[in-house]
Amino acid sequence: MPSISLTVNGEPVSAEADVRTSLLDLLRETLGMTGTKKGCDHGQCGACTVIVNGTRINSCLSLAVGHEGDTVTTVEGLAEGNGLSPLQKAFVTQDAFQCGYCTPGQLCSATALLNEIARGEPSVVTDERVRLSEEEIRERMSGNLCRCGAYNNIVDAILSVAGEPA
Amino acid sequence: MNQQDSRNWIGKPLDRVDGPAKVTGQATYAADYRGARAASIGFIVEAGIGKGRISSIDTTAAEASDGVLLVLSHKNAPEQAPFGSHKDAGRFGQSHAALENDRVKYHGAPVAFVVAETLEQARHAAHLIEVKYDIEAGVFDAEAHEEDAVRPDSLDGADEADKETGNFEKTFDKAPVTVEAEYHTPAQHASAMEPHATVAEWSEGKLTVHMAIQILSDARKGLAHTLKMEPGDVRIVSPFIGGGFGSKLGIHNEAVLAALAARELDRPVRVAQTRRNLFSNGPHRTEHRQRLKLGADTDGRLLAISHDSLAAMARGYPFAEAAGGLTQSSYAALAIRMRHRIVEADIPKVDSMRAPGEAIGTLTFESAIDELAERCGVDPVQFRLLNEPETEPGSGKPFSTRPLARCLSEGAASFGWRSGPVRPGGKRDGRWLVGHGVAAAIRSNNIEPAGAEASLSRDGRLTLKLDMTDIGTGTYTILGQIAAEALGMQAGMIEVRLGDSDFAETCGSGGSFGAGSTGTAVHEACQNIRADILSRAARIDAGWSGVNSGELRLDGDRVSVGDRSLPLGDILDAVGGETFHCKAHIKAGDAHETMAQYSYGALFAEVGVDTDTAEIRLRRLLGVFDAGRILNRKTAHSQLMGGMIFGIGAALLEESLMDKRYGAFMNRDLAEYHIAVNRDVPRLEVHMLDGFDRHSNPLGSKGIGELGICGAGPAIANAVYDATGHRARKFPVHIEDVLPAVSRLVG
Repeated sequence: MPSISLTVNGEPVSAEADVRTSLLDLLRETLGMTGTKKGCDHGQCGACTVIVNGTRINSCLSLAVGHEGDTVTTVEGLAEGNGLSPLQKAFVTQDAFQCGYCTPGQLCSATALLNEIARGEPSVVTDERVRLSEEEIRERMSGNLCRCGAYNNIVDAILSVAGEPA
Repeated sequence: MNQQDSRNWIGKPLDRVDGPAKVTGQATYAADYRGARAASIGFIVEAGIGKGRISSIDTTAAEASDGVLLVLSHKNAPEQAPFGSHKDAGRFGQSHAALENDRVKYHGAPVAFVVAETLEQARHAAHLIEVKYDIEAGVFDAEAHEEDAVRPDSLDGADEADKETGNFEKTFDKAPVTVEAEYHTPAQHASAMEPHATVAEWSEGKLTVHMAIQILSDARKGLAHTLKMEPGDVRIVSPFIGGGFGSKLGIHNEAVLAALAARELDRPVRVAQTRRNLFSNGPHRTEHRQRLKLGADTDGRLLAISHDSLAAMARGYPFAEAAGGLTQSSYAALAIRMRHRIVEADIPKVDSMRAPGEAIGTLTFESAIDELAERCGVDPVQFRLLNEPETEPGSGKPFSTRPLARCLSEGAASFGWRSGPVRPGGKRDGRWLVGHGVAAAIRSNNIEPAGAEASLSRDGRLTLKLDMTDIGTGTYTILGQIAAEALGMQAGMIEVRLGDSDFAETCGSGGSFGAGSTGTAVHEACQNIRADILSRAARIDAGWSGVNSGELRLDGDRVSVGDRSLPLGDILDAVGGETFHCKAHIKAGDAHETMAQYSYGALFAEVGVDTDTAEIRLRRLLGVFDAGRILNRKTAHSQLMGGMIFGIGAALLEESLMDKRYGAFMNRDLAEYHIAVNRDVPRLEVHMLDGFDRHSNPLGSKGIGELGICGAGPAIANAVYDATGHRARKFPVHIEDVLPAVSRLVG
């Protein structure tokens, strides 16, 4: 099996990976980091969203062997020191989840979303200037399904930290 | 509520105590469990036919494939109790045997189970298995086999399948204004974000199962009965569940297969159903054909209501949903009739999905009511207020509370409801046709037997150990609030441990009964601890006898009543013992028999329908709800919003489409089974009345988890009518259904 080296949440890791193994399964099975969830394994629900080299991806749709040298951030890597990140705190205070299963993906997505806005990347609802709005958040978070229906609270959580570095 | 008084914990909008674990990835769901021994991975091979028998199955290539440890099929599956035996334990506790013979009962049923070192190996080997079938004609469509329809022995959500109050036919015939409509509601899948998963491990003949499950005690029985074991030899662990919505009430094939294979291999086996598996190896809500006949006088007073339902039931699995069950409690009428018929069909397991009965029953009934109000020329809010009953129409029982009228009135005011008869197509906002709709929500309130166990240590820490589950409902948080209030202590001094069948048996989560039932048991256990503290304290100091126990407070490691105060440790040292430890067990009070108990709501929706494309967008959705006393305003608000979003799905998005030639669901993934995404959901407005229903339970609370869904769908459908003139007759409402009406309006 090929061996790959990558950085996960700031730690260099090396592992042997079956060529069929997704990045998601590498994280969960090989590296034992079960914070990232499998909801559909088809890139349709967003539960497995992680941040690779600064961009969010569905880790179920990406083969592990394609990530040699990459830098991966998962939900386990969002906390700052011993405390929670502003987004993690806001998710708790705004009740931006119920069962919590989609939450790791929502948080990685939201973290990356704020950086997309900061980089000025437009979305389908952007008019002229990229700026954070409810509609932008709803559009950009629509790849992350939440069956419990915490969408309003997710939007509020993101809005509440929008002024702060995520 | 006095926020400063630490005794008033119930109702406070506390953050979820499990929040930090959930936002850091530390909450362990079933498939996250990693035990001391590495688990092998199982993969289900599904039947490719709807009904018939397996004529041959060749597993040799799979068995020889890399990493494969075991391939099970009906040829070598260990003996189990026949599927459906142990019926007296209920449908969740009965045998759920898998791979028991060469019969294929439904499309997607397991025909083999591959276990390998890794998922990749198991999945690959699964594709090497060759199965040949003798196909038989099956029943996949209740309507096409209506001549075989029978009255179900029992219904979920109604006491009787058929019921008539007054004489419907006579009354209906004389009614000057009538509506007769036939509706189709679709099959649906709960589609919890966490797929059903199980890790099974054996030790010395005993089975431990980490699984995603709503009711642990039933799962324990179901597995024990299937595997011919004593329930006491099965332990179920389920600390976090990634959503249930009914789909995890009982055990499913992956649990049975994992347990069988783990015993054969003497090694833990982990199986997570794939999203595709779930559409046949998890339960679903089946299609219903509902016929409604309503009659009123010209002033808008209801005279006669009839609600008929026809649906499929999975052959050999006794569950039928009471689509018409709640109609008899809805509005005053001289005659009310309901009738349920089922056709046994060769389809995957049909079972409860969020608000079984009401979710699809109110969807059609509240649409028909809107239509009747229009024909009477009466404003739809006013129509509902006009027909408020004094007692439950179908039973004559008094209501424990019925604040539906207040929900309607307050909702109309908050929403800005423009009263008057519905006149569709009158409002435009640029290229959008705009419509408003209203519907009532009603959901039965139930209490199930539940136990609780609490222990208070000398340092003033309280531990609750319950086999209860938190499926996103906030159970960890609210049970702590209930205990804190009962013992006059800080909620932060309480540890709530859930999801282990070694703990006190509760009712689990389902039917909106979890919080009220288990919460009452916790309340009682804490009352017992309070009494225990006082009686022990009185043995040290007679001054403690006869004190007002209602004033008991726990501050850190001290107990106080008025100006009396003692360290808990002193009491324990004097009378012996390490902790104050109490149990309790509760069941529904008599008022659940003698009174009609429901939670209520009124939903108001605004939709926009595009004049060119007929695309329907929900613009506003507002709900005013009464669920008795609210236990945590934050989590309750979230749960109601979640229910409302299920209602959006019911009205506009969700349907599991079966190819009725083959009995196969076709849209078995989340790209094709549409649940609402963030951008489908506008800013929702939720109002909760400050209720207290003393007849429900000592807490005054009522079920809330299913209430939000019950009126949201019909309010949206009625808004679509108001916008376009299209009366929904099948759900979800599609663009192509609305397009002719839109074309007529805009030319």
